[in-house]
Amino acid sequence: MSNILLEIKDLHANIGDKEILKGVNLTVNEGEIHAIMGPNGSGKSTLSAVLTGHPAYTVTSGEVWYKGKNLLEMPPEVRSREGIFLSFQYPVEIPGVSMVNFMRAAVNEHRKYRGEAPLNASEFLKLMREKKSLVELDNKLTNRSVNEGFSGGEKKRNEIFQMAMLDPTLSILDETDSGLDIDALRVVAEGVNKIQGPHKSCIVITHYQRLLDYIRPQIVHVLYKGRMVKTGDFSLATYLEQNGYDWIKQEVGE
Amino acid sequence: MKDSSEKNIIEEVTGSEYKYGFVSDIETESIPHGLSEEVVRLISAKKGEPEWLLEFRLKAFRYWQTLKMPSWAHLQIPEIDYQDIIYYAAPRTTSDKVKGEIDPDLVKTFDKLGIPLAERNELMGLAPESSQGTAVDAVMDSVSVKTTYKENLSKLGIIFCSISEAVRNHPELVRKYLGSVVTYRDNFFAALNSAVFSDGSFVYIPKGVRCPMELSTYFRINAKNTGQFERTLIVADDDSYVSYLEGCTAPIRDNAQLHAAIVEIYVHDRAEVKYSTVQNWYPGDKQGRGGIYNFVTKRCLCQGVCSRISWTQVETGSAITWKYPSCVLKGEESTGEFYSVAVTNNYQQADTGTKMIHLGRRSRSTIVSKGISAGHSQNSYRGLVRVASEATGVRNHSQCDSLLLGSDCGAHTFPYIDIHNETAVVEHEATTSKINEEQLFYCNQRGISTEEAVGLIVNGYAKDVLNKLPMEFAVEAQKLLQVSLEGSIG
Repeated sequence: MSNILLEIKDLHANIGDKEILKGVNLTVNEGEIHAIMGPNGSGKSTLSAVLTGHPAYTVTSGEVWYKGKNLLEMPPEVRSREGIFLSFQYPVEIPGVSMVNFMRAAVNEHRKYRGEAPLNASEFLKLMREKKSLVELDNKLTNRSVNEGFSGGEKKRNEIFQMAMLDPTLSILDETDSGLDIDALRVVAEGVNKIQGPHKSCIVITHYQRLLDYIRPQIVHVLYKGRMVKTGDFSLATYLEQNGYDWIKQEVGE
Repeated sequence: MKDSSEKNIIEEVTGSEYKYGFVSDIETESIPHGLSEEVVRLISAKKGEPEWLLEFRLKAFRYWQTLKMPSWAHLQIPEIDYQDIIYYAAPRTTSDKVKGEIDPDLVKTFDKLGIPLAERNELMGLAPESSQGTAVDAVMDSVSVKTTYKENLSKLGIIFCSISEAVRNHPELVRKYLGSVVTYRDNFFAALNSAVFSDGSFVYIPKGVRCPMELSTYFRINAKNTGQFERTLIVADDDSYVSYLEGCTAPIRDNAQLHAAIVEIYVHDRAEVKYSTVQNWYPGDKQGRGGIYNFVTKRCLCQGVCSRISWTQVETGSAITWKYPSCVLKGEESTGEFYSVAVTNNYQQADTGTKMIHLGRRSRSTIVSKGISAGHSQNSYRGLVRVASEATGVRNHSQCDSLLLGSDCGAHTFPYIDIHNETAVVEHEATTSKINEEQLFYCNQRGISTEEAVGLIVNGYAKDVLNKLPMEFAVEAQKLLQVSLEGSIG
């Protein structure tokens, strides 16, 4: 449990001229589940975008080490192939590109990166079937274009399905619970739990405790105004659920 | 937020090289540049043509002299000096070739282009009826170099040869159909082509025959400062069927070169012709220098009842494209289809589309046009749907989509609808969309590189058209789309 997977040191990042992350520190060990909570606009989604290399954000200072490598030097597709997966808060639609073709391109890029031969059609379809059942994803959805005409809940399930297909080492779930009813939430969370393993880690970004009841983090952080202002165990999430964030704002001097 | 990163991506992606830009070192026989009645006579004499064809050329030339280049298209065409063009160039060896032998250098050139001039099936002892292969007419500059599978096809009564050969061996057919669909008076470039056309393919499918293999013509411009003016004539007699493919490439040159072709197709009762083009002329460099000016008149006359024509085109090359493969639907219940993907990148310009002229009762037409613009290019769809007063029960459906990559390019749609019969049902749909940063990032986050993501998105977008191409062509076309757009994203 002590192998470090991800280490973020004093990370500062901007969008345009506006500084959003103002010195984030975070260490995630192999096998750990971390939750990042915090009020709106505190920088949670920015952190996930910066970790995955979204081109709209600029890192102005700080370091990020992943598996001992400098993450910030990798282009976004390489970060993915190295095992970082982001479940998007708002998955985009890509008209005309079927889920099957999209996933096949993605899976085969990952395999190529590992020096493995691409999957043939029947192996690939078998893998699809297997992983679809994990999140109870409807067959008809994988025949459609990527996210096109999917409901909010279907999009989120589709994210976790892709996560299962790519079998990441570090998963970042960005408000995967938003827009899910309680049944869908359970299905999605169970899917995530099945993918987790002793050498895999997960960062769960959320406002609410309810997702954390299913995906239970060992460590809970509060991100506020671009900094980690509080870190604790699961009880911190429960406390936040009951008391809101106002006490944190007071504690940091507002 | 997007500006800087968008620019980076655009720069990153606009880096692909034109793969067919090599020049073959083949001795060429050409005539002096310039156009005059003497030149027209000289071309005709070189080809040993009969008097009636010379007359046809001269009439066209005289008419052309009275015309001005059209300016209605959404194109910026630099002035073309028609006296500075060479109108006839032939690889020297072909003029004195021994029958059945071709210069090994020419074979090498076409090999390099992936066009086999040897007949594989013949070696394997297969009859054309059982073959899935493709017969090729290879045209370099002004002459046809070789036509494969000719003998096998002739057993079925199918004539597939260069148009020069058809003039010699089947003058009655050529004389009957030449200019019957596109007259020399049709437009400026049609008149020019009729005066100086050099070579091209001739196809005749007799009554009741389904051509067992794909027929194709591969056009290659090699000589410098030369115009290419090919002419293709396809006649499908009653109840026949043929699928015909056309491909084209040219070397990288600093100066623009003119290509003004005519394709005429005549379809009789219940016959069907599928005509597919993958146009990949040299598009010019990233600054817009050089490239082919592609001014082409393509038209099909569906003369017979229940006759069918289907045009499919993938246009990725040429500096300027001016091309409107059209259907004159004269036969009752005749059908015209037009499926097009036109890609423009860097400084390319395309003004392309179709005309559906409904003269026959219950004639039907379908138009699917997908424009993709990148770089600083301009891409226009221009289409006409006309329904004559006596044509009852006509149906048309048009779908014109534009996809923009980056913010310096333009997409334009010019639909013309001209209906003279109130029973017609004519539908037009149009969309414009843009590949955005979020879509690309989503693909990146799944491990797919930006270039591959563009390829996926563009091929997905063009899928409806690519599906219409013959199988082996479709794969080529998919790759071509991706290559043409390499580095063009934003």
